[in-house]
Amino acid sequence: MWADVLAALLGLLAVILYAILAGADFGGGVWDLLASGPRAVRQREAIGAAMGPVWETNHVWLIFLVVLIFTCFPSVFATLGIALFVPLSLALLGIVLRGAAFAFRGPAYRDLPTHKVWGVIFGASSLATPFLFGASAGGIATGSFSWTRPMSIGVGFFAIALCAQLAAVYLTVETRSALRGDFRQRAYYATIAVAVAGLVALATGAAGEPALISHLRAPLPIAIIAIAMLLGIVVLVLLRLDYVHWARVAVAAEVTAVLCAWYAAQAPYILSELGVTAPAAPHLTLLIFLWTCLLGGVVLVPSMLLLFAVFKREPID
Amino acid sequence: MGTSLEFHFVFSALGVGMPFFMVVIEALWLRTGDRAYYSLARTWSKAMAAVFAVGAVSGTIISFELGLLWPEFMRYAGAIIGVPFSMEGFAFFIEAIFVGIYLYGWDRLKPFIHWLCGLPIVLGGALSAFFVMTANAWMNTPAGFRIVNGHVADVDPIAAMFNPAWRTEVPHTMIACYLFTAFLLASIYALKVLKGGDGSAQRALRVAMVCALVLAPTQIVVGDMSARFDAHAQPEKFAALEGQFKTESGAPLRIGGFPDRATHKTRGAIEIPYGLSFLATGNPHAVIRGLDDFPQDRIPNPVLVHPFFQLMVGFGFLMLFVALWWLFASRIFREVRARALLWAIVVMGPAALIAMESGWMVTEEGRQPWAARGYFLVSQSVTPANGVDVTFLGFSVIYILLAVTLLWLLVRIDRTSPEELTDVG
Repeated sequence: MWADVLAALLGLLAVILYAILAGADFGGGVWDLLASGPRAVRQREAIGAAMGPVWETNHVWLIFLVVLIFTCFPSVFATLGIALFVPLSLALLGIVLRGAAFAFRGPAYRDLPTHKVWGVIFGASSLATPFLFGASAGGIATGSFSWTRPMSIGVGFFAIALCAQLAAVYLTVETRSALRGDFRQRAYYATIAVAVAGLVALATGAAGEPALISHLRAPLPIAIIAIAMLLGIVVLVLLRLDYVHWARVAVAAEVTAVLCAWYAAQAPYILSELGVTAPAAPHLTLLIFLWTCLLGGVVLVPSMLLLFAVFKREPID
Repeated sequence: MGTSLEFHFVFSALGVGMPFFMVVIEALWLRTGDRAYYSLARTWSKAMAAVFAVGAVSGTIISFELGLLWPEFMRYAGAIIGVPFSMEGFAFFIEAIFVGIYLYGWDRLKPFIHWLCGLPIVLGGALSAFFVMTANAWMNTPAGFRIVNGHVADVDPIAAMFNPAWRTEVPHTMIACYLFTAFLLASIYALKVLKGGDGSAQRALRVAMVCALVLAPTQIVVGDMSARFDAHAQPEKFAALEGQFKTESGAPLRIGGFPDRATHKTRGAIEIPYGLSFLATGNPHAVIRGLDDFPQDRIPNPVLVHPFFQLMVGFGFLMLFVALWWLFASRIFREVRARALLWAIVVMGPAALIAMESGWMVTEEGRQPWAARGYFLVSQSVTPANGVDVTFLGFSVIYILLAVTLLWLLVRIDRTSPEELTDVG
């Protein structure tokens, strides 16, 4: 019993890490699309420089999550694959185009005529992918497995806003002077967008998804949602005071809280209705999986720290 | 699914092979101080960046498609073969992290440290290929579980991973990755030499051909072991490989030819008497089971297997021949200028690609109609969701688009490299 719970918690950890790391890369694509003003070119360069060394590593969290689900919870994997066939196929398309476009529009190919086209594809797929994941998450949360209901669509837009907010706040740490000012401005807008989209999503939920709302009414989800909202305000204050490093921590914590609320709200489904824990993989498979994660983690964590240590030091002017 | 795999296979093969050559060439630079090696290492690392990105996203497609296209198969087999995929996940993590450090660290790290950061990429790539291929080998020879009352029971993921086929299939595929990369590089640089290329093209050609010379004969030996393994573990696949319809003793080896399912004969093949029985078992009079000996709805289509097997083996021997020709013509590793040989090496680039993709066809089509041989059919695996055709079409278009763009960019990288030499020198 403990092994499947541990595996499910590792799954939550993978979701969180994918969101706060790769989510910011999608947000970077959004700001690439929306780059404007006298420093538009330099904004794009800063985004490219920040993403370049790390986006592939960040992306692996998604692969890890997928593998975790099909190894430890094969029935859930099959159910999700059938029920969310359309949005997940489209998200997959978005991932492929986003990744390839980022590589193909890299600094090595700046002078090529295709550079602009891939730039637009990069931005557009960075916008579509978080929407589709958000809408799928909304569909799972409501238990309807439909990504086209109002609530699911609301969560999709909420996901875009969160990615944009993460990216803008992170970029204030990685830039200096006027460029930092640009991204701080964008972080304010994005935080407001997060608040609006979040409230709209909750409102559509209240109107059309009584089952979800009854789950959310438990003390734990309410407490976590309150913490998330509070952290949103903290982000704004820290940005205003120019404590950008702390703002980065706060925004990552905010997104973590949002995902924990999502997880807590559907804990009853995960455990009973969908039957996630019941048809978990055999104990031996789970055990070997967990040992793999432990041993893999021993190599992974220092490597990842090295990566961030080498590249996340000096800000860009 | 098959299309995705064919596509992913090319890029992941380069993703496994390229880092190896990159690290070798950078080591040569560190040892000799020769700027030509430095320039090559920079060019190859740029190429690897694009290849790795496409390999990574196409790998993501595969992991998703397992659930989107084959959900029932994953429901059945996920717990049995998920473990090597999770190990592959970590190998891929390490690979991605060090790709980031390596590509963006040229000017930030000391040369020797930078070279060291290349090693985990090589290791991660090799381990990724290893783990994934154990899962594929399991589909050929499922192991590590029992069926009790129609349900999977007594799952042992480690026994599943080290199933009977892994010993031959895993090394054969891994060598294919390196051999293909070697001939692709050799082909590109042979073309450059033909166009009057400089010393750096000769150096690159030599590194690639030395590796090809080692790998080509090894691959033939391992391939032979693999075929002999199939002869007893997957006799219907072996029969399809060889275009063997009738069960007979002293079966001939058929070279070329086209299997005709209507007449149950392989037409137009050159037959070497007793050849097949001898190769498969060491005994020229041994009985080889033919396709007619198996239930007809449980055998692969030899039309999709035998010709590709012939292509793979034929090109495999051609590669060995060209590698040996190079050895003699270069009078052991000196520069070659013989145009006929250089053209032969140029042709071997596409030939290696065809050989590798044919090999993939052989192993995948040769396993049909099973997803896991003897247990689970492909037809039981597929999703009941609508819109699979549209997705298939969409992804095929995207693949073609990506392949064309990547190829075009790689050509551009290659053309811009001489200027870079003056840049850094």
